[in-house]
Amino acid sequence: MATVIIPTPLRKFTKNTARLEVKAGNIGDTIQQLTANFPDLKKHLLDEKGQVRSFVNIFIGNDDIRDLQQEKTVVKDDTVISIIPAIAGGI
Amino acid sequence: MSFQDIKFSKEELARYDRHIIIPEFGIESQKKLKAAKVLVIGSGGLGSPVLLYLAAAGIGTIGIVDFDVVDGSNLQRQVLFGINEIGQPKVEAAKRRLESLNPHIKLNLYNVHLNSQNALDIVKDYDVIADGTDNFPTRYLVNDASVLLNKPNVYASIFQFEGQVSVFNYTNQKGETGPNYRDLYPVPPPPGLVPSCAEGGVLGVLPGIIGSLQALEVIKVITGVGETLSGRFFIFDALNFETRTFNIKRREDNPVNGKNPTITELIDYEQFCGMRAVEEKPLKEIDAKELYQWQVQGKKFELIDVREPHEYEIVNIGGELIPLATVLDNADRFDSNTDIVVYCKGGVRSAKAIRQLEEKFGYKNLYNLKGGIISYIDQVQPELTKY
Repeated sequence: MATVIIPTPLRKFTKNTARLEVKAGNIGDTIQQLTANFPDLKKHLLDEKGQVRSFVNIFIGNDDIRDLQQEKTVVKDDTVISIIPAIAGGI
Repeated sequence: MSFQDIKFSKEELARYDRHIIIPEFGIESQKKLKAAKVLVIGSGGLGSPVLLYLAAAGIGTIGIVDFDVVDGSNLQRQVLFGINEIGQPKVEAAKRRLESLNPHIKLNLYNVHLNSQNALDIVKDYDVIADGTDNFPTRYLVNDASVLLNKPNVYASIFQFEGQVSVFNYTNQKGETGPNYRDLYPVPPPPGLVPSCAEGGVLGVLPGIIGSLQALEVIKVITGVGETLSGRFFIFDALNFETRTFNIKRREDNPVNGKNPTITELIDYEQFCGMRAVEEKPLKEIDAKELYQWQVQGKKFELIDVREPHEYEIVNIGGELIPLATVLDNADRFDSNTDIVVYCKGGVRSAKAIRQLEEKFGYKNLYNLKGGIISYIDQVQPELTKY
């Protein structure tokens, strides 16, 4: 099972779970599973066309999936996936 | 002036002794710090530790941009200020604190709202930018200004328990320039999807940690000591105490410095971040003085407070408490036959409540209190507690 780390701003949509386990072949499947299990996540991760929103970055290990095969990037059992949305706070 | 020409007084040499005796740092790095000009944008949660450490470290010239005044609710995290500074312009309060910390540095104050008209003029005089602002339009503005002027931008951002740090637009000794904010996040979230710290909160110590890392990276960028976070993106999750460092790269489609740049001057960042579209929907508004008139005239209307219970406990002006998140479930408590004034702290949440009620139930009798309870306190009842 691959691990998905949910960022704090999105944990309210995953019953406050920080780490989720998924059985998926690639990033696209992973997102599909996440949004099927936690429907409120969908609007935060995907746009109207079902594409990953461009203010949400997804990393596999330390690398951005945009530098790999995007949603087709392969996910293995020991893969750690991080979802990192833009935040702007400072004061 | 080149850093080699920098001289130190005896007092300065004594002051910076603990830097100078580090073999990898030495007097040369200390000279670079004194020769450097750093612009710190925002003197709040992140700006406080950044300014304190950069001033203490002996950065020769520090510019501070902030248009705000010190508020009591800032003191939970903005360690630059104390209770005696409440109500004073932040840049002036910061100057007094920093001058008492280190009299050997020069401070330039900009008590202005950074915007597309003034940004390039302010940024151009500095070597390094440290961005500690609190909203997406200013983040993109600072990024684009630093890319257009070829300045490194040391970035940090916080929300609730999470912090991010990176060094953007940094050109290394080989002349290679690293990624910038638009390579990482090409477009901002639509307004309303990601709450600000003012709405979502932040643990006070978090900007202390993240701002200190930001100050560290500023010092590394200036001195060339160590390896900066250029091309890397650092994340700190304070809740689980987890840190991660991701690799980030430049993108060809970056509109400011990609293959075919389309942004060659600063743009309208409020519009870029979709703020204008929200403003276009007209809302019925009432200001604090008009509300007071309604009250003294004995006009029939209802007053609804959409803040949280703990805020209501700090101060209230007699409205019925229905927190924003519960407004739609309590729509039956909004009478569609009487004028209703809805308010929150500053007017943002009440506007959201009104939009939700108008969209879902077609209300036409809701008025947003402009500037919220704070404006009412300022204009009508200054004896009440502000927060």
